[in-house]
Formats: sequence, C-alpha cells, structure tokens
Amino acid sequence: MSSGTLYDKVWNFHQVKKLPGGSTQLFVGLHLIHEVTSPQAFSALNEKNLEVKFPNLTVATVDHIVPTLNQQRPFSDPLAEEMLATLEKNCKFHGIKFHGIGSHSQGVVHVMAPELGLTQPGMTVACGDSHTSTHGAFGAIAFGIGTSQVRDVLASQSLAMKKLKVRRIWVDGSLQKGVYAKDLILHIIRLLGVKGGVGFAYEFAGPAIKELSMEGRMTICNMAIEGGARCGYINPDETTFEYLKGKEFSPKDQEWDKAINWWKSLVSDSEAKFDDEIQLDGSSIEPTVTWGITPGQGISIKEKIPNPEKLPENEQQIAKDACKYMNLEPEQPIEGTSIDVCFIGSCTNGRLSDLQEASKVVEGHRVATGIRAFVVPGSQKVSKEAKRKGIDKIFLTAGFEWREPGCSMCLAMNQDKLEGRQISASSSNRNFKGRQGSASGRTLLMSPAMVAAAAINGKVTDVRKLLQE
Amino acid sequence: MKQDFPKGEIKSIKARSLVIKGDDIDTDRIIPARFLKCVSFSSLGEQVFADDREELKGNHPFDLEQNKGANILVVNDNFGCGSSREHAPQALMRWGIRLIIGESFAEIFFGNCLALGIPCMTSSKQEITKLQNRINQNSNEIWDFNLQGLSISNQKEIFKLDLEEGAYKMLLSGKWDATSQLLDEEDRIKDTFRKLPYLNNFQ
Repeated sequence: MSSGTLYDKVWNFHQVKKLPGGSTQLFVGLHLIHEVTSPQAFSALNEKNLEVKFPNLTVATVDHIVPTLNQQRPFSDPLAEEMLATLEKNCKFHGIKFHGIGSHSQGVVHVMAPELGLTQPGMTVACGDSHTSTHGAFGAIAFGIGTSQVRDVLASQSLAMKKLKVRRIWVDGSLQKGVYAKDLILHIIRLLGVKGGVGFAYEFAGPAIKELSMEGRMTICNMAIEGGARCGYINPDETTFEYLKGKEFSPKDQEWDKAINWWKSLVSDSEAKFDDEIQLDGSSIEPTVTWGITPGQGISIKEKIPNPEKLPENEQQIAKDACKYMNLEPEQPIEGTSIDVCFIGSCTNGRLSDLQEASKVVEGHRVATGIRAFVVPGSQKVSKEAKRKGIDKIFLTAGFEWREPGCSMCLAMNQDKLEGRQISASSSNRNFKGRQGSASGRTLLMSPAMVAAAAINGKVTDVRKLLQE
Repeated sequence: MKQDFPKGEIKSIKARSLVIKGDDIDTDRIIPARFLKCVSFSSLGEQVFADDREELKGNHPFDLEQNKGANILVVNDNFGCGSSREHAPQALMRWGIRLIIGESFAEIFFGNCLALGIPCMTSSKQEITKLQNRINQNSNEIWDFNLQGLSISNQKEIFKLDLEEGAYKMLLSGKWDATSQLLDEEDRIKDTFRKLPYLNNFQ
C-alpha cells in the first residue's frame, strides 16, 4: 500500500466518504465534458429530475466531431451538428461554461484546459475520455470515465472510485537529440505492456522526466492509459509553475504565492512508499515506431519487425494478427516502410512545441510525391500562436495541409479518414484496427518530428538523419 | 433483440453463451468510432463489432444463427482496452449481453459495465479456454451463472469465477447504479468542497 505519494495526498484531500461496496466517494475538482460522451449523461440527469450540483466546476468544449476544413455552422454533417447543438443546449440549460466553435479557447479538451490554466496541481480531474490522464502532467489526479459516471459527476460532483496502487517509473539520464517524450512513452508501454498498468497510477519521475517541458510531460501522461494505467502524474515543480503563471484561469496576485506553497506540499515525499518501482535509462532510448495493432507493439527505428514465432508465447497470437492486418513482413526493418498519409495533431501531440519540432524537420523540404500530409493544431490558441510564429507557412510551403483545430484523424469522427488499406504515420495515440476511420486502414505511431520525416521521404525515416543535415 | 436492461440485484443469469477469442480487444473494435456520432445509445446494439463482422461476412460469432439470443459472452485477456466510451458496453448490452467472463478486463471498461449492471467475471487462462471450448462445442447449452457462488455451470461441469469484492457487493445488493448512493450525503460533499484549497482561494 503506497503512502506519502502525491497520489495518496490528493486522494485524501478529495475523499468524501467510504462507500458500502468498499470503494471511496471521491470529490471531482474539475469536470471536463465534450460532445461525444455527455449527451446521454444529461438525458439521464433529466430523466431522474436531477440538477448539476456545481455547474462552475464543469467546463465544456467541442473537439471529436468538428470538421477541420469548414467550421461554418450548421456543419455539413447533420449528425455532427446535432451533437454540437445538443451540447450547447445542455450547457446553456445547466449554466455550464462552454468553449465552443468560434471562441478563442475551443480545442481538444486535453489541450485547451491546460493552456487556459484550468488544470492545476492537486486537483482531481475527470472527463468522459480515456486520455484525461494527460492532466496528470501538472500533478493532478486525472482519469477517464464512462458516460454513467459523467452523469454521476454532474449530479453529485463525485465518483465511486477504488484506490489504485502506485508504481513509480524512474527515468535516468537525458533523451538524445531527435528523441522525444513520445518515444519515451512508447518505449515504456513496450516494456511494461498494454495492460501492465491495470490497477496502478503511474508516477513518472527522475532526471529525464524533470527535464521535459510541460508539453512533453502531457504527452507522457496522455499515453499512460495506453499502458493500462488509469492515470499518470508528475510531481509539480518550477516548470509547472512557470507554465501556469499568467494563464487565464491560474491563481492571481496574493493567491498565486499561497497556491505555490500548497502545490509544493503535494509532491511525493522523499521517503514515500510505492507499491512498485521501475527504473530505466532515458539516454538509451531511440526514436520508436509502432508496427502492430496495439500501442505496446513498438520498436526502435533501428530494429526489425519481430517474428511472432520468436516472441514469448503470450505475445505470439496478437503479433501474428498484427503482421497479417498491417501487411508487414516479420524480420524486415521498420525503417523504409512506405506510407500514404501523415497526420500531425491529437491530444497527444497537437501542441505548439510538437508543431514547432516537426516544422524544424520540414523546413526547406517538400512532402514526397503521392503523400497526403496534414497538420491539425490541438486548439485555437495553438493555431493562433503557430501562425504568429510562421509555423503554418513552413508546413504549407512544404506541401502540408494546415487545418482547423479538433481531434480529427486520431479517431476519425469527422471527415478526415484513412481510405481502404492506406497506411499512416501518425502522431496520435492509438493504432487499433480501424482506428483512423477505415476498417482496414493502418497506423504507425511515432513522434511528430518522425511523422514530418516520414512525410518528406515518403517512408519511415530516422528523424535524426534529417536533423543532422 | 432483448430490451429489458439489468435492474436491481443481479444474482443469477440463465442463458446461452457465445465466445469472442483474442487478447487486447479494444473498444474501437467493439464499437468503431464512426458509430459514436449519436446523442442516444439506442441503436448501438446492431453496430457492435461492426468492422470485424463485415470482415468475416456473416461468420462472426455475433452473426451466427446459433448465437442469436445468447446473453453470456466469454472473452480472453485485457478485453475492452482503449477508449473510455461507454458506447462499447452499451452496444454489447443492447445486443443482449448480460454477463461477460474473461481472463481480464481493462479498468474503465470494467467500471462502465458495472455501472450498467453487467458483471465482468474473471478466471484463469486455462479455465477460460476450457469454457470457450465447451461453449463452441455446443452453443445450445444453457449456462447457469450464480454470482453468490461465483460460478457458472452447464449441469455437467462447474467453472469457478472471480470478482473483486466491491463490485460483488454492489451487484448482489442491487446498488451498482451509483448516483443515488453518491447523493446520499450531500452535506459531506459540500464539506469536501469547502476544505479544498484550490476551490477556496487557497485559504
């Protein structure tokens, strides 16, 4: 049983009571909602004649279904329009702040909330989206929930939760040039497996984590869920405070100093007890690419696609399925694999620094013939800031398309989809069968800089070769 | 399609079973993202496993004639990983599934099922394989699930199952729909609100 960790401290602060079933009623400090997982929750609330208990603690935006080409209302897709209109109506009726289309603050929920300063250390954050783990980058305990639980939070501002165990993942060293937070988390998931984190919260710590920017930290925590961990977090420090300072919803004036004092008291104690600890060397990690149909099927750019027969017995079947579905040959190098589509964006890698790093690779090059490549900023703020820095021009000059913010091809609930057997280099978070909108489409996950390199060469490429030029 | 959804105490289920084989079956496969474009769960039952069914052209377990009306689903390891979408258990429930037995379940999926009153029971790899084989040998057989006894049997054989204590109690007492429990003590919720520094100007 863990003790003295940030997880324990935040948990204790938010405990309302022990429930008869053995779980805990946990107060939710920040509830984020969007158009896909909330409408049925609002309906259930209305059916039971319940009101939203603390409307000020719920914040809404629209991201999954928004088109990235023409955001004029009504949307050309009537179903998407209906979902947005339903959210608008529900927010208005219950007095919930909605960061909608046309506002300066709309965006992918896990991109916009941090950049508005809504996410802060020590909070509990819940959202009907599994990548809510992202907000753990600030030292919040943040987790994805289902629609019935969205209803519970709306009605009671709390949830029935079971306390998780805590595993510390200590990363020594520094990431090499051309190796990013995305490579680190893909490496960790490969190491611990897609269900290695079930029952755990992951605390990411150590020199390599400390060195990461807030954006890099969000990428790591975002994908904790892909390793089975319901939440992942990083202890808040100067990097966190620096990022939050001056943000729209951050504490101001005298409150700011008091906030920092409280935040500092939340970090895991030096003698904290963890249920499990793992240590790895960050400096040995290479750019990592998935070849299969789970985020755990990743290899370094220098490696060959594994031969299923030579894998441990429990990995063989899924590896066989993956080779068949991906139409990739065992024991062939992943480097040089031809691709059709390149996607830079999503709640994992649609932030300003992601676009910036990718643009450094792209600058002075052209997208290879026959490749469709596009950039979807994670939010209106990211888009605006990127334009101010001229990043959009770099992509456009190179032959990329520059789109409006949304979740887009990460899960393809809008018009952006793979077609047929197309294979994509994607900065998103899931390479599941059919994930990017085509039942037979294929996804290779990698860092945004690696996606940029793939776009230029038309095939999977070690980005470090382009960075050296 | 069965539309009487779970309610009250869930102690026993008597029904035919069907099998989906494979580890790490994610919620994108259970219900592909394009079907999330809806403001109601009502039509999801027809769309469960849509892409896998399309690929198998009528030979998917959810399409086979002998599996029509089955209410128990037996799966393998890490079932329901990926997205938090409740659409996945909703789709299974609306197709008719009332009980899932597997080697292990992803956490959010497990919680979503519990919130709908669908027990997700576990057993060892070996036992699950044996159970799947029995079901596939005779899909007509009626299986008798007993929550209190943590078992499922076909009169000839009995398989022991596991469930964590919290979920066990919630299903047995009929208190798996959490909302009313959470609203039981509104004052304590307000107390917690009042003592959280970040909701009180960091006083």
